[in-house]
This record gives sequence, structure tokens and C-alpha cells, in this order.
Amino acid sequence: MNPDKITLIAFGQIEKGFLETIARDVEQEFLMKVTITDGYLDLSKYFDSARRQYNANRLIETIEKDYAADTSKTVGLFTVDLYIDILTFIYGQAYLNGRSGIASMFRLRNERYGLSRNDALMLQRFTTEIIHELGHTFGLIHCHVPGCVMQASTYVEDIDQKEHQFCYHCKSLLNHRLNSRL
Amino acid sequence: MATKISILIVDDEASVRDSLYQWFIEDGYRVECAVSAKEALAKLEAEVFDIVLADIKMPGMDGLEMLRRIKSMETSPIVIVMTAFATVDTAVQALKDGAYDYITKPFDPDELSHLIRNACKQITLEAENEMLKEKVVSLENVEDLIGDSEVMRQLMQEIGSVAQSNASVIITGESGTGKELIARAIHANSPRKYFPLVIVHCGALTESLLESELFGHEKGAFTGAVYNRKGRFEMADCGTIFLDEIATIPPKMQIELLRVLETKSFVRVGGNKDICSDFRVICATNRDLKSMVDKGLFREDLYYRLNVININVPSLRDRTEDIPLLVDYFIKKYCLSMNKPLITVEPSALNRLEEFPFPGNIRELENMIERAIVIGDGKKIRLKDLPIGKELVSSSFESLEDIEKDHILSILNKYSWNITAAAKALKVDRVTLYNKIKKYQLSPEK
Repeated sequence: MNPDKITLIAFGQIEKGFLETIARDVEQEFLMKVTITDGYLDLSKYFDSARRQYNANRLIETIEKDYAADTSKTVGLFTVDLYIDILTFIYGQAYLNGRSGIASMFRLRNERYGLSRNDALMLQRFTTEIIHELGHTFGLIHCHVPGCVMQASTYVEDIDQKEHQFCYHCKSLLNHRLNSRL
Repeated sequence: MATKISILIVDDEASVRDSLYQWFIEDGYRVECAVSAKEALAKLEAEVFDIVLADIKMPGMDGLEMLRRIKSMETSPIVIVMTAFATVDTAVQALKDGAYDYITKPFDPDELSHLIRNACKQITLEAENEMLKEKVVSLENVEDLIGDSEVMRQLMQEIGSVAQSNASVIITGESGTGKELIARAIHANSPRKYFPLVIVHCGALTESLLESELFGHEKGAFTGAVYNRKGRFEMADCGTIFLDEIATIPPKMQIELLRVLETKSFVRVGGNKDICSDFRVICATNRDLKSMVDKGLFREDLYYRLNVININVPSLRDRTEDIPLLVDYFIKKYCLSMNKPLITVEPSALNRLEEFPFPGNIRELENMIERAIVIGDGKKIRLKDLPIGKELVSSSFESLEDIEKDHILSILNKYSWNITAAAKALKVDRVTLYNKIKKYQLSPEK
């Protein structure tokens, strides 16, 4: 079945105003209905005490198993530090051409880097990251066009270089995929 | 690069494999995983990967042993080793054994991306380097196409128009006329010029070798097939394949060749997978293929498949006006390669060259000039530096019979018409000599 909506599930304390702004931007990019819900998970089960981080692979598996549906693209939003076994950290991840993804705002805060708090910038970064992961769920891979939301970002400065819009090429691919579901 | 970079991840931990798989898939690479070194080696034998990302510590064969085995393969990919317990010793050992780099788990995302980007850059550079080398060779050789005669001008015009099409070409002409150069010129002027020109000298290979050379083979297909090997048709993908001495191809191979030309797909020797390749075919022969078809020695259907365009390369006798140009060109070429100052050619020597029939065509002329430069005085090519007998040059004989008649008569005169002595000198028996005397109506008075 083809997805006709995007579901953002907030795990942890994320301001309602933030979520609404994110939902509006996501809706604008994908031209699909976006719903926001709250999710409840015992995150201690995903915590690695040696790394003091949360296992992103297991979190995305839970999202896929317990929250995802064929009728929707689902992204779990977190406030904790995510890792996968081979990488020191990740901002988020998604199943390519799949139903679900996750993103975290933990490493997107200025305070983490010794800078003064900037909520607007953090919101901008988080929105970009969520749209990026959603792009993967629609089958888009990393893009080399400067400024495209699908550009790979390994540092927070890389995210700041991006808009939360798709480049022409990625947009065309996305439209093609969105139209083919009709 | 036109094709996706392929990565093989080798790790016994599922979470590592899955994470890397997901990471690289998002980057647009072609990714496969193996749980052990054994499985990885099997995958590498079955298909080609550009990069192998392998863990060092694995049950059974470890990453270092696998690295050594990969490096002993004919075409080995770039290997990056991963370890959770990096020691200087293991890292140094891995690099000594040919690893491209090593990385300690867990990696910084940027470090991993950077490493893979650099590896891709190296793969692209190596591929470009190979392609440019090929291109330089083909362009260098195209420069060898020398001539200002009417026939050569026509030929060059023909090459220009033929090059643009995709049609099969048969190049005919005597040995030594430069058929391979014509093939190179067609390729170098065609839209396929940035892709390989693969040359196969069919006459130099036995039937089984030719089959494996053209179609490639899978490991174990026959004794000595230690590795998978790409065939020439596969190598010529997007480019041109030049089959020299096509008339020597045995009948069984003719059938195979026809099938490949029609379907543009083939199976490696010992394999079962259809491989497609987009190539243009150019053939050359110094034999009359049509008469071979009439005699049943060459398949008619293959002949018509190949003979879409026929280019006949003129012999040097048919373009003697090009000889001064060619002599000048070969002098420059060999003086340069032998590190000698440029020399000239005496007018009498040049005249003699222009009169000589050159049965071996340009190849013979080239060898003659090279020899003259080696044995000459370093200033000029003199008449005596040329291995051309006076009698041959001044000879006005057209046929072999004329030469035979003249030679027999001169030997008979030399031995005062002593038939026994003359027959002995000619290395024939007396009856044969009598028959020749009768045939050519020779007499002592004459």
C-alpha cells in the first residue's frame, strides 16, 4: 500500500511549537499530510553504558516494528545521543525506500559545542535532518549538489550549509516517487 | 565513473554489517556483505568489487590472511581493514600486506566518509590512467598513418566517414600495409574513442586459447584457470574490438563469433551467466575472404555480418609517391628513438627505394630504414646501406616466371650449359631442369 501521510512521533520532551513548525515545513516539502504524536519508550533499554549513548539501530527497529505502517512514512524524534556500532555518533538514520527513520536533536544544540543557545538555529537543523531522513525513506540517496537537503552531513556545520529544500534533481526524483504512488 | 562503486563489507558482527550497509547504501554505493573471510573470497571470485572493508578479527580466517589472499588475485580491489583493537603491529602488518588504510572502530562519520571518498578517487584515477594510456597509444599509432597520395587521401576520407558509424568493418590488404593502423584510426576518430580499443591477433592463438581470450573464463574452467578472467569482448565494452587475421578463426569459433555479434552477449568459458557488452567490431585479413566463403572455409553468414563496410588498404607499390614522406617519417622516428642526430637520405638511395617493389610493404620499408640508420655512417643513408640488390632494382620483371626464366638462364650460362652442374646449383634434378628449358624455350645462343 502506498503512503499518504507522514507521521512524526516525539519521544522525549520536544516543545509543541517546535513540532508544529517542523510539521509545517515537512508538509511544504513533501506535499503530504503530516501528523504529530507522542511516543513512549523505555529508553534505558537502548542505552549503552560504556558509550553513554543510545543504540540507533535498535531504536529504528522498534519504530519499524511497533509504530510504522504501510500507509505512512514514520520518523521517531529523539533528544538523546544516538550511535551505531561502527560510528561514534549519528544525527539520524532511515531505511532507504522503507517506512521509518529516526532523528535526534541532541547534537544539534549549540550549547554542546560551547556556543550560546540558539533555538531558531537548532530548529532549522532539526527540520533539515528530519526532511533528510524522510528523503531516504522515499528512496533518495546522498546528493552532491551544494545546499541540497540530501547532502551528507557529518558535522553540524555541514547541516548549516544546507537548506531544508531538495535540489532540482532530488525534487524531480521525489515528485516521480510521490506521483507513482497515486 | 559511469558505474556505481561497489563495496564488500566483511564482518562477523551483524550489527556492524547492517550499519555499514545502511550507511553506504544511503551514499549511493552498491553494497554487499559477507559474514566471514571465506564467504568474502567466494564473492570476490564470483564478481568484481572496488572496495573491501574487512574486519581483522574474525572467527576462522582472519582479516589479514584474507587480505593476503585478495592481494594475490589477478585484479584485487582496494582493501580497508577495520579493527576494534588497533595495535601498531597489526596496522603496520595490514599496510605491508597491501591494505589501502586501516580504521579503528567505532569510526568518526567524517573519517569513514573521507576514507571512502579517497579510495573512490584512487579508483577513478587508476581507471582514467589506464584509459589515457590506451588513448595515448592509439593516438601515437594513428600519427603513423602517413601519405599524401590520392589513394591515401581517399582512404583517410573513408576512415573519417566510417568512424562515425557503428557498422562492422573488414580491412583487407597485403601484409605490412598497416591494417592495424587503419583500425586504430577508425577507433580514434569514432565516438567510442574514450573507451578501450582491444586488439586480438586471432592467428596467434589456438582454438581453446582464443575462446578463453575472447569470452573470458571462470575460475576452474580448465587447468590453469586459477582466477576469473574477463574476456576481450567484455574489456571492449563501449569501445572497439579489433580482430586481426580473422580468416584464421576455426569453424567452431566462427559460429560462436556470429552468435556474439548478433546478440552482443556471451557466456564465459565454464560460466553460466550471460554477459552483455556494447562493442564495435573491426576485422582485418590479408586473405580473400570471399573466395574462402566459396570454398566453404569461412562461414557465409559471418562474412556478411562482418563485411558491412570493406576498406582495402593499398600496397606500397600502389602509392610509391608516398615513399619519400614515409622515409622521412621513419628516419625521424628511429633517429629519435636511438638518440641519434637526424640524418638525410642520398638521392640515389631514395630513387632506388622508389623503384623497389616492396613485397613486405611499409613494414619492409620501415625495417630497411631502421637497419640503414643502425649500420650507416650517421650522416646520410647511402645506397650501400640498403639491403636491395642492384639487379632487383633494375629488374623490369613483372612475374615470378620471368624471374625464374632469367635465373635459370644465368645459371646455365655460368656453368656453360652443363646441365648436371646447373641442376645441382639450382637444387633441382636434371629432368626438372630439362622441363624448364623446354618450357621457357631456352637455348645457349640466347
